[in-house]
Amino acid sequence: MPDSPASPSRARKFRGAVHIDWDRCKGCGFCIEFCPPKVLAFSESYNAHGYHPPYLTNEQGCTGCDLCGLYCPDFAIFGARIPVETADAEVAVREG
Amino acid sequence: MSTAPVIQEAINPVEPFLRTDRMPHIWCPGCGIGTTVNCFARALVDSKLDLDKVAIVSGIGCTGRVAGYLRLDSFHTTHGRAIPFATGLKLANPELTVVVYSGDGDLIAIGGNHFIHAARRNIDLTVICVNNFIYGMTGGQVAPTTPVGATATTTPYGCFERPFNLPFLAESSGAVYVARWTAFHVRHIARSMVEAFNKKGFSFIEIISPCPTLYQRRNKLGDGLDTMKIYKQKSVIKNGASTRDVDIAFGGEIVVGKFVDIERPTLHQTMDQQFRQVLKDRYAGTGGRG
Amino acid sequence: MKANPAAVLTGAHFLDGDQACCEGALAAGANFAAGYPITPSTEVVERFAARIPTVGGLFIQMEDELASSIAILGAAWAGKKVFTVTSGPGFSLMMEHIGLAAMTETPCVFVDVQRGGPSTGLPTLPGQADMMQARWGSHGDYETIALCPNSPQECFDLMIDAFNLAEQYRVPVLFMMDECVGHMTEKVVIPSADEIEIFPRRFTSLPPSKYKPFKPGPDGVPEMVKAGDGYRFHITGLTHDEQGYPAMTWRAQEKLVRRLVEKVRKNADKIVRYEEHDMEDADVVVVAYGITSRVALHALQMARGEGIRAGLLRPIVVWPFPEKRLRELAEKVKAFVVVEMNYGQMVYEVERCAGDKARTILVGHGGGTVHDPEQVLEVIREAAR
Repeated sequence: MPDSPASPSRARKFRGAVHIDWDRCKGCGFCIEFCPPKVLAFSESYNAHGYHPPYLTNEQGCTGCDLCGLYCPDFAIFGARIPVETADAEVAVREG
Repeated sequence: MSTAPVIQEAINPVEPFLRTDRMPHIWCPGCGIGTTVNCFARALVDSKLDLDKVAIVSGIGCTGRVAGYLRLDSFHTTHGRAIPFATGLKLANPELTVVVYSGDGDLIAIGGNHFIHAARRNIDLTVICVNNFIYGMTGGQVAPTTPVGATATTTPYGCFERPFNLPFLAESSGAVYVARWTAFHVRHIARSMVEAFNKKGFSFIEIISPCPTLYQRRNKLGDGLDTMKIYKQKSVIKNGASTRDVDIAFGGEIVVGKFVDIERPTLHQTMDQQFRQVLKDRYAGTGGRG
Repeated sequence: MKANPAAVLTGAHFLDGDQACCEGALAAGANFAAGYPITPSTEVVERFAARIPTVGGLFIQMEDELASSIAILGAAWAGKKVFTVTSGPGFSLMMEHIGLAAMTETPCVFVDVQRGGPSTGLPTLPGQADMMQARWGSHGDYETIALCPNSPQECFDLMIDAFNLAEQYRVPVLFMMDECVGHMTEKVVIPSADEIEIFPRRFTSLPPSKYKPFKPGPDGVPEMVKAGDGYRFHITGLTHDEQGYPAMTWRAQEKLVRRLVEKVRKNADKIVRYEEHDMEDADVVVVAYGITSRVALHALQMARGEGIRAGLLRPIVVWPFPEKRLRELAEKVKAFVVVEMNYGQMVYEVERCAGDKARTILVGHGGGTVHDPEQVLEVIREAAR
């Protein structure tokens, strides 16, 4: 039976990930507000300037649309689509 | 420190356009200028322009600092005079894509005369005007775009002058492309910028942007994020609207969109044509290359 | 390098100073000018507007002097050889961009065909009251080079020197004509192009990765680039470092502004130019420039006729001022008689150099017409007593 788009082997070849330049962030909140899947939130911790940069609340939810990057006035965040295997591997390294 | 997967090879799409040795920039938290710069970078990529042939000219002010942060041939000129500098640059080398990136005070007050003449001549320039309704860099003085009733340091009891309607001013002076967006409309801004780069003639894009430290704060309009939400709420897209009808009142509706997109011969074209017609083969050209 | 034959109107002509100034610019290779009409300078750009389309280049009349003076800077950064032309009121408006040119080290020539001032003054009549403004007109510390022709022939010859100095030192060079010289018609001999020496723009041969826009060479002058060549350089009017980036510190100020000032001061000996008459046994030295020098020469000849041992020093480059020569002369002579079409401007320079070694006497005149040679002769007699 041919694979349908919803079948597991077709799904999620890529997923989104964000990269945050922790010290550039000035805590304006644009990225958090305008993230379409609403997967960003202010961190509890803060950077050297006293601002609370965002963090990804749900890694699976990020689509890598880079709207956060487009909004960020401080060039402190961007989103990208990366292959699922790479993302999983990185998560494994981090948590392993 | 991020809990997201670290993206090893990917870089921020705006990064190649920045003079990273000059980061962080001077703009305040919640200022929209940086947002417009992201749109500009996106537009440069999308337009596939040869970046060595893009020159950016700014005046003085917060938006005027954009030229200094971009990794292009960039010129930070005197207050109000970015447009005539850009005119000289473009006339001297028409192969350049010349962008003027400056603020409302710089372009429209002290630069007002140069603005209307460049539009009248239809010199092939893209003028990006970040309008925050105030003179930010110098501490929050009234601007020719400040709405009636708004407070500024030099109108501490409220502005009593009628402001310019920038799209109307641009169109009536002769601009062939006129659009207005707010900093909220990031994708529209990028698209308009691409259109403006490709458009032959005087293209004008007004981008309404927050000045959280001065305009918003003095007028109790919240911070940058509050303002972006207000832009989202109060703006209404009316492509093709008459520029006569797009004044912005304090706290009022913000009409955005692409208002003007017409064809008119550029300064180069009319000049060239005129010389060829009169001088015929005695015409030696305007010395196109440097 | 030699001049472009297409631009040089070789031959003997009957031209006024304004017209000759335009021909000088063309011969020097000027290929971009922007200007705004103002009496008595307008003819310079009117002629340029008529000539340049057949030579190759561009003239644009801008909306005001502010726009004209910066449009030429934009064109210069696209590689053009540029100039603009004005008179007193426009000169005041252009000060902003003379400053920007000085700060960004943009080669350019600003012509001021001086008229009676202050303010609107005497539009159609001569003056020489912008001389100090030529030195100090824009705010802040900087040095400019200023030349002063005294004939239509010199309006041609010295314009070429003006452009060459602008390229060599990367400064705005001021061409201080006056309405008399501008509107007098005399024989002007224009040589062939291969007799005209042009100082080429000092473009760098370094690759973008190694080039620093404001890193000076041994003579204090940095190499230049132009937009569109991939250098991705930044130019700002703010105090900047060698990279061209704004640097808001007193150290950056000291490093940059000192160099801007010293690149002219330290090379002053090479830049200074003057002409002397009857100086060998002179007791009294008449100092005069521009049209006034021709009246002064006449007065000098009359003085000599009376047996007075007088000489004439005519600064051709007025800024930097020929200090060395003045100080030298101050040791030998009794007095300096400074004849100028103003109520005292260059006289202060003379006085400064003369110190207490020699008297300095001003023969001032508000302008509107040239001095009466008799008036000058009287003062020479008095000085010689």
